[in-house]
Amino acid sequence: MMVCVTSKGPGPDDLAEERFGRSPYFLFRDSEGGEWSSVPNKFADAAGGVGPRAAQVLIDKGARVLITGNIGGNAHAVVQAAGIEIYLYRENGTAGDAFQKFCAGQLKKFS
Amino acid sequence: MRLVVASGKGGTGKTLVATNLAAVLSSEREVVLADCDVEEPNAHLFFPSEEKTLPVQTDVPLFDRSRCTQCGKCADFCQYGAIVVLKDRFMFFPEMCHGCGGCEVVCPEGAITMGKRSIGHVAFSTPRNGLVLITGVLNEREIMSPHVIRETLGYASGHPLVICDAPPGMACPVVETLEGADTCIFVTEPTPFGRHDLSLAAGVASVLGVPSGVVINRSQGDDGIILDLCRERNLPVLMTIPFDRDIAETANSGQLVTDRIPGMREQFRDLFDRACDLRRGE
Repeated sequence: MMVCVTSKGPGPDDLAEERFGRSPYFLFRDSEGGEWSSVPNKFADAAGGVGPRAAQVLIDKGARVLITGNIGGNAHAVVQAAGIEIYLYRENGTAGDAFQKFCAGQLKKFS
Repeated sequence: MRLVVASGKGGTGKTLVATNLAAVLSSEREVVLADCDVEEPNAHLFFPSEEKTLPVQTDVPLFDRSRCTQCGKCADFCQYGAIVVLKDRFMFFPEMCHGCGGCEVVCPEGAITMGKRSIGHVAFSTPRNGLVLITGVLNEREIMSPHVIRETLGYASGHPLVICDAPPGMACPVVETLEGADTCIFVTEPTPFGRHDLSLAAGVASVLGVPSGVVINRSQGDDGIILDLCRERNLPVLMTIPFDRDIAETANSGQLVTDRIPGMREQFRDLFDRACDLRRGE
């Protein structure tokens, strides 16, 4: 199952990002293992309309789970319609920490 | 002649200046007051009167779902994030759409045609002899304020004297209001915020080639912070309004200072003459 974590940097050792639409990077990894991959968010500094466009990135990458701190209304509508589950991570750890907590079942599901 | 009352910083007294100018001038000639602060128009509060309204519409894509193959070309093209394509369907967010029509052009299936959608209205009233108030109103949740401003100004265009109450800030809505104006009055206050935003807004007017001057509102005697900037930028100070309880109470109760406070009529009349002189580079 493909998991996406919002991140301040391109690797799992970078800090997790609280915001969804304006997250600098989206990190992807299969929950069964494998390599991390990273997509820079080209909409991070856009004037508006970032939420749905960021959600489109997740859909295109086939993510089934999103780990982030906060998500706006429009992006939430898209992510929900795409059947992607959202888990909230609001600690100051790395994207890798957030992923580990999710795998250990320690993150709260957001609906 | 089109005169814009703008500010940069919000809450400095644009509407105070615009409404009083319009009221004073309407006693001697025909005036249109165009409220271009479409996200929060408030000039009408000083001129309660019966209104007639016309809708403001924008272009919006209409989708033929039976033709859509979820190819995603429209979503990829849309710079505003208004279309998202999922595997089995798409989602459209009308309030994020700017009505550019690009999705219709790129759709290979001919599944998109352009229709209309209402995003606000323009209200018309005649609150006094000689005064027509035209108010642009953008609906809540909508973002296309320049579109509503353009329509508002369109209804006012051609009139010999139009006074515009501009939106605050220095972004697209202000540019839309200022562009093509003959002269501009910036209303500011003697605070660091007032100075900072006046500096930016005056830069916008300068780029657009609109001659401008300054009204200092809520003056407590020492306006050095603004006067310094005005000297630096060669902006004439056209009027100074004192920080005064009578003025505040009059405005807060929805009345015009030029109707209530002696001497104000003459001062606003002078302000208009000075603003007109800017236009001729005097």
